[in-house]
Amino acid sequence: MTLRLTDITKRFGQATALDGVTFDVAPGEVHALLGENGAGKTTLMRITAGLLTADAGEVSVNGVAVTSPALARRHGVGMVHQHFTSIPALSVGENVALSAGWRETGRRAERRAASVIARLGLPLDPSRLARELSAQLRQRLEIVQALAGDARVLLLDEPTAVLAPREVVELLALVRHLAASGAAVVLISHKLSDVLQVADRVTVLRRGRVTLAAPMAGHDAASLSRAMIGGEVERTPPVRGVPGATRVVLDGGLVLHAGEIVGVAAIEGNGQRELLRAIAGVAGTRTDLSVTGRVAFIPEDRTTEAVVDAFTLEENLLLGELATATNWIDWRALRSRTTGLVAAFDVRGGGAADPIGALSGGNQQKFVLARALEGEPAVVVAEDPTRGLDVQAMTAVHGRLRAAAAAGSCVVVHSSDLDEVLELADRLLVIAGGVIRELAITTSRDEVGDAMLGVTTAP
Amino acid sequence: MPHPTRFRAALYTVGAFLLGLAALTAFLAIAGYDVGASLAALWQGAFGSRQAFLSATLVRATPLLLLGLAFAIGGRAGGFNIGMEGQFAAGAIAATWMGLAVGGAPPAVALPLVLAAGLVGGALWMVVPVALKVRFGVTEVISTLLLNFVAEAAVSWAVSGPLQEAGGSYPQSDPIAVAARLPRLFAGQRLHWGLLLALLLAVAMAIFFRHHRLGFALRAAGAGPGATAIVGRMPVDRLVAAALLASGAIAGLGGAVEVSGVSHALYQRLSPGYGFTAIAVALLGRLRPGGVVMAAFLFGALEAGAGAMQRDAGVPAVAVQVVQAVVILAMVLGARERR
Repeated sequence: MTLRLTDITKRFGQATALDGVTFDVAPGEVHALLGENGAGKTTLMRITAGLLTADAGEVSVNGVAVTSPALARRHGVGMVHQHFTSIPALSVGENVALSAGWRETGRRAERRAASVIARLGLPLDPSRLARELSAQLRQRLEIVQALAGDARVLLLDEPTAVLAPREVVELLALVRHLAASGAAVVLISHKLSDVLQVADRVTVLRRGRVTLAAPMAGHDAASLSRAMIGGEVERTPPVRGVPGATRVVLDGGLVLHAGEIVGVAAIEGNGQRELLRAIAGVAGTRTDLSVTGRVAFIPEDRTTEAVVDAFTLEENLLLGELATATNWIDWRALRSRTTGLVAAFDVRGGGAADPIGALSGGNQQKFVLARALEGEPAVVVAEDPTRGLDVQAMTAVHGRLRAAAAAGSCVVVHSSDLDEVLELADRLLVIAGGVIRELAITTSRDEVGDAMLGVTTAP
Repeated sequence: MPHPTRFRAALYTVGAFLLGLAALTAFLAIAGYDVGASLAALWQGAFGSRQAFLSATLVRATPLLLLGLAFAIGGRAGGFNIGMEGQFAAGAIAATWMGLAVGGAPPAVALPLVLAAGLVGGALWMVVPVALKVRFGVTEVISTLLLNFVAEAAVSWAVSGPLQEAGGSYPQSDPIAVAARLPRLFAGQRLHWGLLLALLLAVAMAIFFRHHRLGFALRAAGAGPGATAIVGRMPVDRLVAAALLASGAIAGLGGAVEVSGVSHALYQRLSPGYGFTAIAVALLGRLRPGGVVMAAFLFGALEAGAGAMQRDAGVPAVAVQVVQAVVILAMVLGARERR
């Protein structure tokens, strides 16, 4: 089952998203697709899955042209999207039935899904409603959905973005296993380490063009990164702020100060989400902690919790301060503030009066960050602030968070990527089973991993 | 500087209406009516004379505008008030009761009281659906729709019971006090001040949506409830509830304006389905006050022309519902394209 894309060109309005891209993947192969945000990876995959139509060029599976989602599915093309596509009100089993095109519904669908889940070795309760699942389990459901229809060509768009390190390893092993059993796998990821571990071949896109197409052997993180962004990645050295005034006092008496970045390490579902949201003051969370000063919050799910897609940038700026804004809106002031933030945070793809949905994910996230950090908030709470971002955008986000801490904010950050937490943190909190512990910042990565699993090694 | 997506949206809207007219034409041809004569009668009935325009088209556009605005304020917040027919009736009952009670008062007192009674009546009719939605998650689409039938029964009861005319022979109320009636705009024409009131409300609503924090919050609650709650820190449930109550109140005002400006008394079937036509009006106007004004005007003309078409060409007036149906379908389909 060979998937072949020939000379694909796609334009959105005046922007060229893809320019003459040729790409193929053969059975038994894992082909990595790399590129910055907005490089065209997702667009290419959506064309492959029949969700978008190319302006020029051809998509074929075993020589047969694919032009619609139904046709793609019939030819065994399954896609795991970057954002969740499962239906919250349906059970796991019903979601699987829906995407696999089964006739069964309700209990029958759940029973049939149970056998697929068992075969794939990805534990999930088929009768749970999708909306009750954590981000990690919903991601797992997406993968089961894509595979349930006997997919022979599997497209994975950022599948590791929300997984804990242990699950990443499991997923990558699964990817290798699928390839070994004859599937053709396309893997999109920003984590070069994932790609280096499992891919046989790699294609790098930059601004809609192929800049590298080669076997993986002979390439390393540095050469791939150069092909992606055209130069060495700029790394900002950590700025260690002097602990300042008390900003947050947690339940157990733990004090977080102005000027420090507090990294929260935890495996999905251990209580880090609840802790961060309680500090952020999100309605409906616990209140047994005290926070001093204004809190800015960067939620994990950008598209449903941080921005309103259909609203312009300036409207989204207003959204962030809606609870405290004056009754009569000063659009002129919002326009000039938005324009200032767009320039200061290097947001590309649109101006103050354009809908934010027209921007790429990375640029949307830059704007979310700009909105949160404007006016030096006392506390900044960031959930997975670089989820789905490329190396350069990630570096920019890290730089901004460090600068905010240096300017006197207390930054509390959690990432599903442990290395990111360790890289950013001045202080380290680990949560396992809802219990918060502080570890010395010099603790080794392995020991932190043990603590995340609830294994006590340190005295 | 028109935004390209806005321009496309406007084009789509015009296309939806033209498609509706085309469907009507096709229906007339297939059903064997004289298409030319029917459409000529439609045009004559809507725009053919000063009389047609001022006593038919604009008189029908007025309740459609008020009810269209009612649907829009709920719709922008993500709530779908399908029960405007019922709130219109509730507002009409309350306004008639008030109009009969304020006999001796001067117009400056009587008119505001009658209109306020309509607002309160419509809002009260919305209290149960809102309570069910907030407390038990019952969708307002079902509850408001069902209350339409209850409202119809309530009107029947009122005009044969507490509000029945003194003579007691017909199921209708006595005429309301002269002071409680909206004055006419032109001598000898049925058009009344209600149209100006409705236009004023449209302007106020446009300003509210664009320039007031709560108007923006309503739009945000409809367009992105998650973000509005999490980063906006606004109580989305309460915003939607408030928008639906306002929607009911404005629909009730529509009933009061109809009693005070046109019928001057309460009857059964006071509304010839305005509450449903107004859904098409609001959708065609893309839930924007300015768009609703234009759509109400078009549908007012259509309703007025339908009467003339029945009279002069023998085509049943309900035939124009083809246009409504096509417009609703086209706009709902178009909404899938919008982001």
